[in-house]
Amino acid sequence: MSFSDDLLLNIKTIYARAYVRMKGLTREPHWSIAEVTIPLLSLSAYVYLYITLGAYEYMAFVIVGGAMLAFWSNVLWGMSAQLYWEKDTGMLQHYMLAPASRMAILIGMAVGGMINTTIRSLSILAIGTLLFPVSYALNDPVALLLVFLLTVIALYGMGMLFASLFLLYGREASHIADLLQEPIYLLSGIYYPVIGSNIFPNAVKVVASIIPLTLGIDAIRLILIMGKGIGDVTLHVTALALLAVALLVVARVVLRKMEDVSKRQGRLLLRWQ
Amino acid sequence: MRAVDVIDVTRVFDSKGKKVIALDGINLSINKGEILGLLGSNGAGKTTLIKILATLLLPTSGSSYVYGYDVVKDAKSVRRIINLVSGGETPGYGLLSVKENLWFFSQLYGLRSSDAREIIDTLIHDMELEQYRDTRVHKLSTGYKQRLNLARGFINDPMLLLLDEPTLGLDVINARHIRTYIKRWVRDDPSRSILLTTHYLAEAEEVCDKIAIIYRGKIIAYESPDALKRSLTDSNVVEIKLVNASKDIDSILSRHEIVYEILNGTDDMMHHYINNNSSNSNSNGVHGDNGVRIRLVVDDESMIPSIVESLVSKGLKVSSVSKSTPTLEDVYVRYIKRYEE
Repeated sequence: MSFSDDLLLNIKTIYARAYVRMKGLTREPHWSIAEVTIPLLSLSAYVYLYITLGAYEYMAFVIVGGAMLAFWSNVLWGMSAQLYWEKDTGMLQHYMLAPASRMAILIGMAVGGMINTTIRSLSILAIGTLLFPVSYALNDPVALLLVFLLTVIALYGMGMLFASLFLLYGREASHIADLLQEPIYLLSGIYYPVIGSNIFPNAVKVVASIIPLTLGIDAIRLILIMGKGIGDVTLHVTALALLAVALLVVARVVLRKMEDVSKRQGRLLLRWQ
Repeated sequence: MRAVDVIDVTRVFDSKGKKVIALDGINLSINKGEILGLLGSNGAGKTTLIKILATLLLPTSGSSYVYGYDVVKDAKSVRRIINLVSGGETPGYGLLSVKENLWFFSQLYGLRSSDAREIIDTLIHDMELEQYRDTRVHKLSTGYKQRLNLARGFINDPMLLLLDEPTLGLDVINARHIRTYIKRWVRDDPSRSILLTTHYLAEAEEVCDKIAIIYRGKIIAYESPDALKRSLTDSNVVEIKLVNASKDIDSILSRHEIVYEILNGTDDMMHHYINNNSSNSNSNGVHGDNGVRIRLVVDDESMIPSIVESLVSKGLKVSSVSKSTPTLEDVYVRYIKRYEE
């Protein structure tokens, strides 16, 4: 089979897998309503806290953080755990039987997840902006788009890496994801600034910067709220681009390894493990 | 080139530090245009072999080829020309319709949109799923879900179809539909072939050109159904009809060195096998109001009078004793018993 045939097969696979995700959004709209409402309730609590403290300038920070939080939730539960769930429902066997690349299947999941979550995230941003008196100072929309895309790609790269680990480790990986949830909320500065503030010592800031969400939220706030341009977020953009490439490469290597180990151990399709 | 060649394949699982041999040096081949039935009890190694051929599991040692492709080294080429349908498995995403699911699977094989549409229409027609074309899968009955599952198995027009208990839990009509379809599918193109595992021996007898019996990871018989039945000629298959029934039949028969099977007087589907040496033999009380039939496989015909006598001595009324043609079930039980001994 030629390279172009292979490429076409994988593009079709990506599209088909993304289609399933997007169809899910329209077929079960109540899920989307819940996934917009719940983060709005959480961020409202922080907005009221800042209003009480008179720190009005942080209201927009919270709304941007709340909108980006939707991506982290989707990466953790809609992406990382996906192969594990596919295994439990029996769908993984169909994927593993097909000649399509496993990465194409994961990319399809990621693309579908990105599209759905972008809709939810924009809804949170729009409703939050309507509900609370916040203002933005966007001067460089191209930089905003670039940072947003890099953040989302790096985040989903991380999701693909976790999904590969879930393939072999199943529930154990699920517990790790559970454990990761709150520390990531804390470190990534969803409801307060991290990188540009003195809340955390520098060492913690460096660790936090490995999480694409931290860098992404910080850069988006700088561009969207503080009116900064691409020149002010060069470091963020570089780090996000490196993270995006590195995470995708590592995810590919780990996925291959996990598939091979699973087939050797006979755990590839073993359910409820 | 054959459709399938399995050469000295062994698969060992590590279960809590204990080595479990699922396949023990299996050798097997399937010719093009052939349907091979793989029979064996639960845990015999049927699904393990199927998973190896489907590239879902790696063998511990040995080689397997599908239409000349090595299932380990050329896994991707193998995946293009095979498909696998298992009984009771999920046929797709519940939120998607029958048509959408088939389209989705067609894309995993890179089908062009126009080809996919044509194939999907044909499969929906062949599987008699027209009225459910736009129905979401979670609303389908078990039988129609399995029809969709089978349609999925044909979506890439495979050369080798692996069927792992495809009629499991299906009613007679759905099971017959599936059997008829797979027989026709191979007949329509003799370059195709099927490996079928089933617990329904009548199904294997109806559909398969060859039968392999697998027992504890080893192939213990490998012939056409007719040849296997002929292999029982040194034994005698006898059918004893009883007018009345008794719960003691099991205990009476188990005293003799025979393989026997107790059947309800009218309903063959309720039969069960009992091996006198088997530790897990049990009687589920198939002692109907319309009498009882007992099928015996005995090595020595002279044993029959003493068996009849022991039944009569316990108050059972024998209406007839006749020699019978061996069925595949007789063969299966005989082989398993021989290896258990």
